[in-house]
Amino acid sequence: MAHERFRGWASRLALGLLSKPNTPKQQKQVTFEASTLETLKPAIYTTLTETKTQNTPGVYSLTFREMGWAIALHGGAGDIPITLPRERREPREAALRHCLEIGVSALKAKRSPLDVVELVVRELENNPHFNAGRGSVLTNKGTVEMEACIMDGNTKKCGAVSGLSTVVNTISLARLVMEKTPHIYLGFDGAEAFAREQGVETIDENHFITPENVERLNQAKEANRVQIDFTQPIQKDPPEKAPFENGDSQIGTVGCVAVDSEGNLATATSTGGLVNKMVGRIGDTPVIGAGTYANSLCAVSATGRGEAIIRATVARDVAALMEYKGLSLQEAAAYVVEECVPKGNVGLVAVSAAGEVTMPFNTTGMFRACATEDGYSEIGIWPSSMHT
Amino acid sequence: MGGWAIAVHGGAGVDPNLPTHRQEEAKQLLARCLNLGISALRSSLSAIDVVELVVRELETDPLFNSGRGSALTENGTVEMEASIMDGPKRRCGAVSGISTVKNPVSLARLVMEKSPHSYLAFSGAEEFARKQGVEMVDNEYFITKDNKGMLKLAKEANSIVFDYRIPILGTCSAGAGAIESALQMNGLPIIIYAPETVGCVVVDSQGRCAAATSTGGLMNKMMGRIGDSPLIGAGTYACDLCGVSCTGEGEAIIRGTLAREVAAVMEYKGLGLQDAVDFVVKERLDEGKAGIIAVSNKGEVACGFNTTGMFRGCASEDGYMEVGIWDQD
Repeated sequence: MAHERFRGWASRLALGLLSKPNTPKQQKQVTFEASTLETLKPAIYTTLTETKTQNTPGVYSLTFREMGWAIALHGGAGDIPITLPRERREPREAALRHCLEIGVSALKAKRSPLDVVELVVRELENNPHFNAGRGSVLTNKGTVEMEACIMDGNTKKCGAVSGLSTVVNTISLARLVMEKTPHIYLGFDGAEAFAREQGVETIDENHFITPENVERLNQAKEANRVQIDFTQPIQKDPPEKAPFENGDSQIGTVGCVAVDSEGNLATATSTGGLVNKMVGRIGDTPVIGAGTYANSLCAVSATGRGEAIIRATVARDVAALMEYKGLSLQEAAAYVVEECVPKGNVGLVAVSAAGEVTMPFNTTGMFRACATEDGYSEIGIWPSSMHT
Repeated sequence: MGGWAIAVHGGAGVDPNLPTHRQEEAKQLLARCLNLGISALRSSLSAIDVVELVVRELETDPLFNSGRGSALTENGTVEMEASIMDGPKRRCGAVSGISTVKNPVSLARLVMEKSPHSYLAFSGAEEFARKQGVEMVDNEYFITKDNKGMLKLAKEANSIVFDYRIPILGTCSAGAGAIESALQMNGLPIIIYAPETVGCVVVDSQGRCAAATSTGGLMNKMMGRIGDSPLIGAGTYACDLCGVSCTGEGEAIIRGTLAREVAAVMEYKGLGLQDAVDFVVKERLDEGKAGIIAVSNKGEVACGFNTTGMFRGCASEDGYMEVGIWDQD
């Protein structure tokens, strides 16, 4: 009897359909075959231990997680000095809070996670304080080349765009590539042409260029501080650790991950790239598995030095560690951030199908915010975050 | 600990009715490229040098879909892409939207070694190519008569390389109906699909792995379309453990992060090379079709595909050498 009942759960768990186990966080003793065990998604249970008995198949104890919605978002990781002036810190904190509220309301209104991440990233793109959409950093020619990527966890459908200079909300164009083309990824003139064909809102490139970013580019050029990945051999000097005098990070990206109470997952990332980047440079953001990835276990959005994130396939590796090594979301994300990418190069936000959330980084700071259904909420920049 | 090993591919998904002489041509080219790589390995060239050398040769020959012989976009132009990755430090370089660089794989290597970035595309990549002084040719150089005919056929069939798993409005037409029972790749009847991506993976006698992939993309693709070949972790990946190059339906390969997956199941699941390739082909492609070649730091070489055939060749230091197209080859 218990066996039959468990098979029901197992298949529903495997499909991500079991939104609320009747007795959450409670030990269950059930009997099932090893083959059924294979179909379980590790993200769904906290502990699974075999209780040795004289009979086979074994008796397993399962502790289920209470599942609920969760959301996390970021506004970039990097060298954010702890001395960041208040007038530069507060607007960003306010923006994080505002975007978090938008996402939470949408989840409460039962919007799909795919809709939620698009909605939140649009909002972050529209905010000039972050490096995406309006407020994007500039190329070495003073132009804007934005990129974005979106991915749905259960179907693994995804869309990405690069080299955009007139599309107001690049994340929405990425979604259109996913939904309205046979392709996953469009870049540059072809992507711009597709945007016009789809009738999305476009605007003069100057809309995206803020005085702060013109200044940032000038400073970068004066310092000849091309954003060089220090692992590359052509670099003569180690990278400057000191950020710009105005106290802002040189790198940044925005992203959002969300899971609903049914365990559906989605992720979205958007960026202007690096200050003083070469024209045509593509970073980690639009590369599925690098800056952005979601499957039926978790959703991940990464930020930091693109070149380091690409070679470490950061977002996919968080999911791969859960899938292949059975690590929890926290363990997998911490492992990738601490062991797979050099210090000072990466931060990420991630949620699991079970509604867990994690936001590790190995940079000085990361603009970030998260909330879960059980009432937990956090907005932070540096390691010691403030709880709201 | 084994010696060196090498594998090359000229794409997965082959028309079963491909005339014998075309099959022989393809096999000869694969054998020639394989031998080129073998000589280079015997002269102690590093893995990264060998994969670049071999892919250059494949690009230069018009037979496969990369460099000269690339598939055409909906506008009849060529937009090539390539990537290269060096296992020991996981350094990588990639290019997309290339229309005048004779050997995109060499430009990808220059991005890796001479730019602060990993990936350059379209006009920015072309500008970088000119600054680096690589050989440039007119876009016409890449366009073959065969491919012009293929594009015409693709347009007539109205099977605009639609990924058939994604429903798109207006894909059904009388033209498509006539070929619906035929074998398809990327939604194209396989006789039109013929041109193929190229790739090479190598482990040298010091156990260093490298991988490179180059392509013209899909016949009749939208302008600006980027596929799996330049994406690190999708079409190409190398690390300390292995080097991997994939080919087939780009969108399925991207979703499955296929090349990284082979390495990930070795690293995190402890699978051997051939088991890893088999697992990935079976479990990670969903309903997509693709082929993989891979080498390990132990000098093993492996190949796997779920398509009808894959143009491939492999060899290892112990004297093993094989060139094949079909399952049974």
